[in-house]
Amino acid sequence: MNALQTVESRQLRTDLPNFKPGDTIKVHVKIREGDKERIQIFEGVCIAQKHGSIRSTFTVRKMSFGHGVERIFPLHSRVIDKIEVVRSGRVRRAKLYYIRELRGKAARIKEIKSVNA
Amino acid sequence: MVNGLIGKKVGMTQLLQDDGTVVPVTVIQAGPCVVVQKKTAQKDGYDAVQLGFVEFIKPKNVNRPMTGHFKKTGNGAAPVRILRETSVAGDESPNTGDKVLVDIFNGAEYVDIIGTSKGRGFAGLIKRHHFRGGRASHGSMFHRAPGSIGASAYPSRVIKGMRMAGHMGHERVTVRNLRVARIDQDNNLLFVHGAVPGPAGGYVVIEKTGR
Repeated sequence: MNALQTVESRQLRTDLPNFKPGDTIKVHVKIREGDKERIQIFEGVCIAQKHGSIRSTFTVRKMSFGHGVERIFPLHSRVIDKIEVVRSGRVRRAKLYYIRELRGKAARIKEIKSVNA
Repeated sequence: MVNGLIGKKVGMTQLLQDDGTVVPVTVIQAGPCVVVQKKTAQKDGYDAVQLGFVEFIKPKNVNRPMTGHFKKTGNGAAPVRILRETSVAGDESPNTGDKVLVDIFNGAEYVDIIGTSKGRGFAGLIKRHHFRGGRASHGSMFHRAPGSIGASAYPSRVIKGMRMAGHMGHERVTVRNLRVARIDQDNNLLFVHGAVPGPAGGYVVIEKTGR
C-alpha cells in the first residue's frame, strides 16, 4: 500500500451501511447553526454513486412539494451522522438519471424482497 | 536551523474536515534528509548546507568522486541520490551527518515549494502561450498556426522575445505561500494545500516562507 492509500484509508468511514442506486435512504446530516448542532434528515432515492475511495460521492433525489431536489454527499464526509436504508429497489442501471424525466407512478422503483431480510 | 528540506511528491488527495469542507492537498514525502556538507562564509563565501534525500542507492551506482564526497560527511552516512542546497538560520548550525526531518516545519503556516514542471515537449502556441487559434470549419485555413510574426522590409527580422512554438515544461518552478495542511512526523509526510509542480515521484525542495 503506498503512502497515498494509507492517508486515504485512515479517513474512510466503516460505520455506514451498504446501499446501492435504487435504494431509498435517510441521510442524517449534521447542521451547525452558531455553536449549536442539530440533525436534519434528507430522505430520497439514491440515484448515483460516483468515484472511489475518499472521493466517493452519492446523489440522493427526493420530491419536495412537487419539485425534484437532488443533493450530492461525499460518502466519507464527517457531516453525515448516519445513513439508514429504508427500502432497497430493483434497478437495472448504475445511474438512475432517467428518473428525472418521470413523474408520479412512472417514477416508482420496485422493491427487492431480500431472502435474508 | 535549516530552512529547507528535500521532498518527493507522492500525489494529490483530499482531506475531509469535521465541518464538511474538503481540502485538496498534495502529499509530499518530506525527508528524512541528512546534512552532507557545510558551506561557510570563510571557505565558500556564503553560509549554507548541502542536504541529501535519504533514499537507498546501490553503492555500485555511486561514482568515485561522489563516494569521496560522502566519505567526508562522516557518521557513516550512506550515499544519496539527490543533493540540494539550502540556507541556514540562527546561530545553532547543524553538523554534517545530522538528520533533518519534517518537524522543521512545525508551527510554519506557509511553505514555498521548488520543483521541476512536467515536460510538454515541443509545444505549439495554443498550449504554450495561450493563443486562440482560428476557426476549425467553414472553409477556414487558419487553425493552430501562429499568424503574423512581424512586418516585412522593415525591420526585416523577427523581434526578440516573439512568442513562438518550442520546448515547454521541465523547468524549475517555484510556488510560494502554499498553506501547510498537516504534518505527519511518523511517516515524514507533509500535506500542502493545492498543487505542486512536477509529476508524482518528482523531487521538490520545500522551504520556509519568508525566511
